Parts: sequence; structure tokens; C-alpha cells
Amino acid sequence: MPIYLDHSATTPIAPEAREAMLPYLTDLYGNASSLHSFGRDAAAALDEAHYTVGCAIGARASEIVFTGCGTESDNLALRGVMLALRQTGSPRQTILSAATEHHAIEATAHQLQQLFGFESALLPVDAHGWVDPADLRRILDARPNEIGLVSVMMANNEVGTLQSIQEIGALCRARGVFFHTDAVQCPAYLPIDVNALNIDLMSLSSHKFYGPKGVGVLYLRDGVPYISTATGGGHERDRRAGTVNVAGAVATAVALKLVTKRRETEAPRLSALRDRLIAGVLARVPDAMLTGHPTRRLPHHTSFAFKGVDGEVLLMALDIEGIAVSTGSACTSGSPEPSPVLLAMGIPTEWALGGLRITLGHGTTAAEIDTLLDILPACVARVRASVDFELRATA
Amino acid sequence: MGKTRVVVAMSGGVDSSVAAALLVRQGYDVIGIMLRLWAEDGNDAHGQPNTNRCCAPEAVVDARAIARQLGIPFYDIHAEAVFKQRVVEPWINGYADATTPNPCFNCNRSIRFGFLMQRALALGAEYLATGHYARVEGPQTADRGPQDSVSGPATESPRRYKLLKGHDPKKDQSYVLHVLGQRDLARAMFPCGGYVKDEVRALAREFGLPTAERPESQDLCFLTQGDYRGFLKRNAPDIATPGPIVTSRGEVIGQHEGLPYYTVGQRKGLQVHATSSSAEPWYVLRLDAARNAVVAGPLRELGASSVRVGAMHYCADAAPASDVRASARIRYKAKEAAGWLRPLSGGGARFDFDEPQRDATPGQGLVVYSGDEVIGGGVIVREASASTSSIAA
Repeated sequence: MPIYLDHSATTPIAPEAREAMLPYLTDLYGNASSLHSFGRDAAAALDEAHYTVGCAIGARASEIVFTGCGTESDNLALRGVMLALRQTGSPRQTILSAATEHHAIEATAHQLQQLFGFESALLPVDAHGWVDPADLRRILDARPNEIGLVSVMMANNEVGTLQSIQEIGALCRARGVFFHTDAVQCPAYLPIDVNALNIDLMSLSSHKFYGPKGVGVLYLRDGVPYISTATGGGHERDRRAGTVNVAGAVATAVALKLVTKRRETEAPRLSALRDRLIAGVLARVPDAMLTGHPTRRLPHHTSFAFKGVDGEVLLMALDIEGIAVSTGSACTSGSPEPSPVLLAMGIPTEWALGGLRITLGHGTTAAEIDTLLDILPACVARVRASVDFELRATA
Repeated sequence: MGKTRVVVAMSGGVDSSVAAALLVRQGYDVIGIMLRLWAEDGNDAHGQPNTNRCCAPEAVVDARAIARQLGIPFYDIHAEAVFKQRVVEPWINGYADATTPNPCFNCNRSIRFGFLMQRALALGAEYLATGHYARVEGPQTADRGPQDSVSGPATESPRRYKLLKGHDPKKDQSYVLHVLGQRDLARAMFPCGGYVKDEVRALAREFGLPTAERPESQDLCFLTQGDYRGFLKRNAPDIATPGPIVTSRGEVIGQHEGLPYYTVGQRKGLQVHATSSSAEPWYVLRLDAARNAVVAGPLRELGASSVRVGAMHYCADAAPASDVRASARIRYKAKEAAGWLRPLSGGGARFDFDEPQRDATPGQGLVVYSGDEVIGGGVIVREASASTSSIAA
């Protein structure tokens, strides 16, 4: 049986979440917008899901919008706030995001700039991929009344570094700037309170915390200007048109409640496994480095770079040996293209090709980590030897 | 000890699918890899999206389904950038140098047996298999063809590996594989090489592969409309400058649109003024880069009794000690012709044909055979003073 160490890509659905959704895939199939008894059954379940998700993150039920995925939540948040600011005649027409954001943010900001006439600017990161709030303060103060929305992910998907969300949120709020965070990597491992962290909008993805695929959450603080860019009916209080996936919403609520409970034991357990994995890799694999912050990182997350190694090739070599991991970044196009996230952190190109992300989960055991540590050094050595072969072949 | 691991280069087509199925049946530990190669965006001549590509999205779906059916791991790997850099750009440069280049040589040397071989080795494979119609004969076994059982890993041997023609004379692809050397051949498998095409199609049906009736792909895989001239006009307009068409005596008899759009032996498309000197059709004899001229003449002037290559590659990795009585092809589909291979100092070689050959073209490959065995080959270079010989019309 292969070993799954790619929990930042997706997690297996928790049995409790699966059981919770089944009635809404069978007998209770009503459309939550319908007025009749079938619809009322669905609407009641959906109301409860809003409430449960809200409670888990310190929000009101009315501030929760169910979407199709984390990426959709990011899209709705960025477009929704920027278009609403324009509609009200605000001079704040610039989106500021970190240089290491997920494609869902980066590509959306790019399109808003290219096709919709907004401005887009980047926040620098340090060698660990961390955004220094002092940089944010400097930029916000240098460009008063220009920035409409700041988007910084709570934890980076590729290198696991945690951002100083509370400080970033406070800086934004003091200056009338709205603050969005993509937190899809976090709920299973970190406590989230949108009020304590000064968050205005937040994206979550159910399948990253043991819920089903096809469900996202957008937290939208009451009073934040927002126009729905998914137009149609008045679903989700006019914030995301389209028939709501009731079964998915119910399962999401159950999963979120579940991981909130398990977090207390799982976060320290996974942190210990994580640190054992990091120490093992750095000790056993020559020319290896940890990417991201050594301690201020997601409890389940490790990421490495191996000098001269293409991460995608290493991923395949591990897969053939029965271990599923990730490069942490979108696929390359064959030419050794370094990861933009690693480059933004100032990691040299010959290292930035080798990104490998190993992420643990509720099912991960110490034995699995030890198996990986036994296999990885030989795989890295084989990939390096094969690179020498190709260099000679094409010289 | 585990089974011998083999990576198969899959294209979604019938040949590579049958190659994978044969290897699975023979008991190898098989991994399928498809390379996504660069191709021009756009539609074909009928306005349909370009599907004349081994790596079109439909082909990826086909290859993945076949791998699933065979129960083997499958990866599709993006190789667009490396393919463009190592194959397409040198090919364009070849036209810019007034030659008629063959991109398949660089692809086999640098993409299949470079980029892909590297990945195969990284995955712990002993061999890289492709759907080519060719054969490898190793020092250990008489033939590592499709009938063989699983053999052990390739080991160093003082005897050499031979690259042989495929059994199907109509499909033989040894011409484009002449770039391989001992190190490549020691790790190469061509499971289809022992069959003729009809047998491969029958095997596909026997294996229940859905590609059994798929039509053959045509032309170069990265051309959208199957027309290299249109491709060059769209992608490298700067490499062509109009100039004169001249006779071998230097008379100007017309205008050409740019040397890249002409190739030796071409008859159609030559815009020649009506002249009294000849009622015979005009053919491109050679491209004169120094004068940016197309040199044209009648068929009887179109022939070369000798061609030269600048850098001759030998599949045995070493040049023969003396001249070799052999036969050679000067194009993929050219007939083999007898003559003498004469290795030159400095790594080049000359091939003297018994009978003059039509259409010996700088940029194309000269591939030399001894019977079924490929001795080697290289890219034909332009002669400083082209010596033409009469050819029987």
C-alpha cells in the first residue's frame, strides 16, 4: 500500500463527514431555495452548516458563504471587493498581495489588472517566505488611499511558513484597507479566530481538512463592500449565485468541527513528526536544505530543496517506490524552471529546481516517516546520477 | 531481486501502446511516460484544432487510458520548452543556413535518449523502450526482440550492441535512430521492431487496445498545417530574403521568395521566366547561401556521386579503420544505394555512391548500412564547389 504524504494537496474525507452528507445525497435531496417541505429540510441543514462553520472561526452564520472550492473563494473575494470599491467611487484601486501567493490569488490579481483596469502590487518576502509587517506598513503609508485590498495567505502552501496575520490585519484595518487571507492550508492544524486576527475575508477549502472535494468557504465580514461576481439567483444572501451543495456544506461543517477538536492532540503530534522528518532529511541527504521557516511553519508541513535536482523527477522516483509527495508548485514545462516562490525567497536557481513538499496528516505514523527517510537518500542520489548521464548525452 | 524496470515512451498511438503491452506481457516492470512536446498553436488546413500531434490533449487521454488498462504507472511530462530549444530552434536555424534539416535526429538524441532517458534512469529503469520500427542486438542475447523473456540488467560488455533495421521494410525507422551510440543502445528496446505493421495492428486488437484503427500521424509533429513553409513564414519570417533563381552557368532565370522555402530536387513552385534555352522542367539543384540564390537546372544535372558529412556518428562509437563497402540512404524514404563509406580525418566522412543519387541535400542525414545493421550517419554538408554528375533520366 503506498504511503500518502501529500496532505497539503488533499486529505481523505473523515468517515463522520462522509456519513453526515449521505442523507443529503439520498432521501433529503431538496433544493435549499425551494419553499416546499423538501426545500425546507435542505435549508435547515444548510442554516446549521453556516452556523457551525461560523462558530469554528469566530464568525456569525451570516458571514459564511459556501462556494465550490478555495480557488473560487479567492476569486469571489478579490473581484468582489475591488469591483465594489469601484462602484462606490473609491480611489482605492490597487490590490497588494505577497510575492508568494497561490495562483488563485496571483492570476486573479493579474486579470483584474490586465482586463479590468485595477492596479496590482507585490509585497516582498524574506528568505523564509515571510512577509515583514514593517514592509506592509511602509507601502501602505507611502501610498495612502491607493490600496483597496491586501491579500496574504495565512500559511504558504509550498514552504509552510506562517504569516503574521494579526499584525497585517491590524495595519490594514487602521488604514481603512480591507484584508483577505487564503487560509486553505490551516484549519486542520491552527486555531483561527477572524476577530482576533483582524481578518475581513478568508478562503477555506473543505477537502484540505478532511471534508469532501467541491466545497469551499468564503468568510465575508459584515460591512465589507462586496459585489457577487457569480451572478444569477439570490443564493447565499446574494453573495454567490448557484444552487448550494447542501450535502457538501453539511459535511464541511462536520469536518471542521472534527478537526477543531482533534487539533489539540494532532498539532503537537504532527509537529514532532515534522521535526523528526526535517532532521532526518538534512542529516541523510547531502546538499539538502529546508525551505520556509524552521519552526514558524505549519505543524504538518515540510519542504526541501535539493541542489541540482528537478523536484518533479524526484516526485516520480518516490512515487514508483510507493511514496506520494508533491513539488509544492505547479508543474514545469520541461526546461528546468525554478519555483517562483523559491526564487522570491532568494533561493538560487540550482536549488530552486528541487522543491519537494512532504506533508503529514491524521493518518501519518512514525513508521511511515522512517520508511521515507530510508528511501529518499537513494532516490535523490539516483536522480543526480541520471542528470549527469543526460549532461554527457547532450554535451 | 525485483523485475527489470522499463520506461516506455507512450504517444497514445498504436505502436507505442503495443510496445507497452508486449513488455507487460513479457513480465517487465513497466512505466509509461508521455512527453508533451511543443507544437504550434492553431488549426489545421480544414479549420479543425491541430490533432496531428503525438501530444495533443486527446492523445494524452488515450495514453493514460491505455496505461490504466495495462495496469502500469503513467506520467505525462511537460517537455515543451526543452523540445523547442533543442529541436525546433535548431531546425529553424538549419533553414536559415540554407539547408533542409531533419528535426527527428535531435529529438531522438536529445529528447528521447536524453531528457526522457534521464527520467527513466531516475526512476530506476534499466531500459527505455519506444514504438520505433528498429531492433537492437545485444552482446548477451541474439535478439532482445518481442519473443524474449525478461533478461537481467544491462551490464558492460566488450562486445557491442548493434542497431538493426525493423523487420517491416515499409516502416523501418532505423534512419532516424542512427544518432544512438553504445550507451544508448545498451538501454534501448524497440518491441515493435520484430513485427510488420499489420502484425502490430493485429496485436493491438488482441490486447484490446482502443487505438487499433487509429490513422497514422503524418509530417512533423509540431507543424500545425503539415506545411513547413507556412510554419517558417509564421514563426521565423526574418530568415528568408527574396533573391534570384540562376542556372548553374549563372544566368538569372527567375526570382525566389527566400532560400528556406526551397529544397534540393524540388520542381513545383519554381517561378522561372520562359526561356528559349530549355523546354525541360526546372529543378532546384542547390541553394547558394553566399549569393542568396536558388540554383536550378534540368533533371540531368541533379545528381551527386558523393556526399560528405561533417561529423560522422558511429553506432559502435568508433570509426572503422578503413573504407567500408556499404549502402546508404540520403533521406528517410530514399532507396538504399551501394557505395563506399570513407571515414575522413577530423571526424567527418564521405560516401561515394556507385551510381549518382538524385536529391542529395545538405541538412538531411546520410545513414550508412551494412546489410541490416546501421553503421552510423551524419548530417550532409554543402560542398564548397558542388560537383554534379549526370543521372540517368
